[in-house]
Amino acid sequence: MDSFTTPLLAGTATGALLLIAALGLALTFGQMGVINMAHGEFLMAGAYTAFLTQQVVTNADVSILVALPAAFVVAGLLGLLLEVTVIAWMYRRPLDTLLVTVGVGLFLQQLAKDVFGAQGDPVRTPSWLEGNLPVFGYHWPYRQMFTIVLAVVALAALAALLKYSSFGRQIRATVQNRDLAETVGVRTRAVDRITFFVGSGLAGIGGVAVSLISGTNPRLGTAYIISAFLVVVAGGLGQLKGTVIAAFAVGIATSFFADWTSASMAQVATFALVVVFLQLRPQGLFTVRSRGLA
Amino acid sequence: MKLDHATPDEVGLDYLEIRDLTVQFDGFTAVDAVDLTLIQGRVHFLIGPNGAGKTTLVDAVTGLVPATGQARYRNQNLLAMRSHRIVRAGIGRTFQTATVFEQLSVLQNLDIAGGVHRSPFALLRARRGVPSYVADALETVGLADLRDKPAGVLAHGQKQWLEIGMLLVQDAKVMLLDEPVAGMSAEEREETGALLQRIGKERTIVVIEHDMDFVRSFADVVTVLHAGKVLTEGTVAEIQASPEVQEIYLGRIVEGVVEEGADHA
Amino acid sequence: MRTAVRTFGPLVAIAALAVLLLVVAPAVLSPFRLNNLGKYCCWAIAAVGIGLAWGRGGMLVMGQGVFFGIGGYAMAMHLKLEAAGPEGVPDFMMLYGDGTMPVWWEPFRSGAFTLFAIVALPAVAAAILGYAIFKRRVKGAYFAILTQALAVVFATLLIATIQETGGFNGLNQFTFFFGYNLYDPVNKKMVYSIAAALLIGCLVVVWQLYRSRFGELLVATRDAEERVRFLGHDPANVKLAAFVIAAVMASIGGAMFAPIAGIISPSDVDATASIFLIAGVALGGRALLLGPALGALAVGYGRSSLSESFPDQWTYFLGALFIVVILLFPAGLGSAFGRAAALVPLPRRKETTS
Ligand SMILES: Nc1ncnc2c1ncn2[C@@H]1O[C@H](COP(=O)(O)OP(=O)(O)O)[C@@H](O)[C@H]1O
Ligand SMILES: [Mg+2]
Repeated sequence: MDSFTTPLLAGTATGALLLIAALGLALTFGQMGVINMAHGEFLMAGAYTAFLTQQVVTNADVSILVALPAAFVVAGLLGLLLEVTVIAWMYRRPLDTLLVTVGVGLFLQQLAKDVFGAQGDPVRTPSWLEGNLPVFGYHWPYRQMFTIVLAVVALAALAALLKYSSFGRQIRATVQNRDLAETVGVRTRAVDRITFFVGSGLAGIGGVAVSLISGTNPRLGTAYIISAFLVVVAGGLGQLKGTVIAAFAVGIATSFFADWTSASMAQVATFALVVVFLQLRPQGLFTVRSRGLA
Repeated sequence: MKLDHATPDEVGLDYLEIRDLTVQFDGFTAVDAVDLTLIQGRVHFLIGPNGAGKTTLVDAVTGLVPATGQARYRNQNLLAMRSHRIVRAGIGRTFQTATVFEQLSVLQNLDIAGGVHRSPFALLRARRGVPSYVADALETVGLADLRDKPAGVLAHGQKQWLEIGMLLVQDAKVMLLDEPVAGMSAEEREETGALLQRIGKERTIVVIEHDMDFVRSFADVVTVLHAGKVLTEGTVAEIQASPEVQEIYLGRIVEGVVEEGADHA
Repeated sequence: MRTAVRTFGPLVAIAALAVLLLVVAPAVLSPFRLNNLGKYCCWAIAAVGIGLAWGRGGMLVMGQGVFFGIGGYAMAMHLKLEAAGPEGVPDFMMLYGDGTMPVWWEPFRSGAFTLFAIVALPAVAAAILGYAIFKRRVKGAYFAILTQALAVVFATLLIATIQETGGFNGLNQFTFFFGYNLYDPVNKKMVYSIAAALLIGCLVVVWQLYRSRFGELLVATRDAEERVRFLGHDPANVKLAAFVIAAVMASIGGAMFAPIAGIISPSDVDATASIFLIAGVALGGRALLLGPALGALAVGYGRSSLSESFPDQWTYFLGALFIVVILLFPAGLGSAFGRAAALVPLPRRKETTS
């Protein structure tokens, strides 16, 4: 039982992390066709926000609660800044935007190294997240479970935002048909900015969750981001459910592969799995189809 | 000349036989069990209101959308083939919005269409001079004066001619032309019609068109499509006499225009 | 006259570069600088391929480090075995393992097999991956991400296999290059010259490709992939050809990199290294003939000189380079110069109208 529950539960937690990271990516990719390669560095920014919060609010039990909204805002503002200064100028050049954000990511990583040092810092776990829950012989750390809670809350909030708020309707209108949305009065550029803020902010929240598990370090983003990208690719665009399924599938699959072989072979296997999956569904799990020779 | 009176020897070798062709989009039937026989040497017209399924029918035959049924051409079922194979089998098409390579010159556009006849090895050589079939196509579609202009600067009508020229270079035996004269001036329409009649002798030409004047002047056979189904088929006179067609064209035209608007958005 | 200039002008430029790299540089540069230039040439070889795939083919290849690494490791394995002598086992295998050599190392004892592998392995790998990706019409950002993921996976795998590939340290300490002692400056110069000559050779290859009908078809595929299908071509094959050629070039660059740099390690082939390879291409002008190579030489030089004086600042510089160049000069500095030059009226303009 152990060899099954352990990777399953640990993988679910990884999947939850990937989901938080991938939601923001999928959101901006779906809406603006922009892949933000600096997204991983926003994750890192969230982790460092958690670290810094603990320097100010030394009580770890409380600081995490401050860190979550703070990280959302910090990463969100970084995203907003990126949108306004760079991405807005590269409209309809998605591959170029991708490369520019690669540059931004490199820059931010080096900045973190210079400011915080290359080694990384620990983030203390609040006492209410210490301990674990025995499930079929696996001691499931509360920290991992917390990640899942965070992911579910983030997902629910995002889904509600998209579905019920007028802003959400504007996003969906923009995704489906930007020109038409504009003609009916949606200020699509403003919508883009807010989407970027929200999507990047989610990365910040993911960063806090990561910091609880592995502390901070300047290369923290790179460790998760490639998997998050694979999630976006496999999940397809336009619908959150594709991202959700893909995130947990990738998380759990990687966890099982790692259990059977090694962590690095698991990466190879997951990559192969995604490529094979694309043979079956080149557009990912779910896609909004469009017509014509596009 | 009526279709059902065509004797076997009147039917050329290169005919395209469509049987029971059906295209569904998520439960919506865009093309519904269409039977159609397209015969060499004639200019066929496919008419019908917007949303009737004309473009989708052509898409299905050229491998752009999945379909059930059959589209037989020289003992091959086109529906089971991929787009570039269909082209290599001799079926060519144009698009509702002309799609030429805007950066390339008119000449290069035509030349690149000749790639189907070249071996992979020949592709590695640079182009020297103008191949005769390219020069011929350039003359035929009347773009010789513009041969070195980038295709992007051509007028809308000229782009359609260029696309037809590219089909000539490809040596397409069946040409499926999706609204080639839409947006053309009366003069350009005349020229296009004459061009189609000229090149249609040894080919199978299918034109999608709304404009009844144009249809009247140049059609040999007309098929009316409505809501994915073949409504009637016959000569221009027969079609015009048909009460159903009149109803669609007079009664429903407004609806069609609305659909068109949504279609392009 | 005019067309002759257009056709053979680029060849003259390539010839000029050949003279600079093969005649002038060895005469004026110190052995240390010349060796550095050799490294830049290796990166430039990979960059030429990236120019083909990305600039002309529109495929943003973010994992060329993998192919660079395949060539580099293949060559390095041969050099390790050469250093170990007949029947010998590479030193690091004794250090990290029990001194037994994996069987797949064995063929690399043969120089001929190694040379074959340097071309064939990346070609096969790129063909398999490219086939899977292009045939299913996966493109754009998806393609870019998959190639980058491949680079991450590749580097992870190398780091994890310390007994087979030297792990994080990679393979180093080569003494011989096909019988020539690498500590002899004359031989080092020769290895440099081979790299520079290979760069020139790759440039001539892409020159022919760009002027060929395949080159036109590739650009057409980049600009209107679906339309190309209706010319009777499978765009997947067109892209596949360019991708495979680019992979082979990267591999050749990597193969020469190992003896010149004296080391090949995961950090030479990982995602960051792959991005570094793109930087030069973006800088020089992705779609130009000479742009990628000159850009790569420049970025390589910048990296050496900046890392000498400020080791950490280099990353900022690389990041900033991407942002500034892609934002402001998407067609590269080469094109920007070209545009500036075009403002100066050419003499004998009349001949152009025909
Ligand atoms: N890819 C598609 N997905 C969903 N519906 C489609 C698609 N393509 C066409 N349709 C629908 O099929 C019908 C036929 O369209 P079309 O063939 O373009 O008509 P026509 O060319 O006769 O104007 C229309 O109602 C259109 O909205
Ligand atoms: Mg139509």
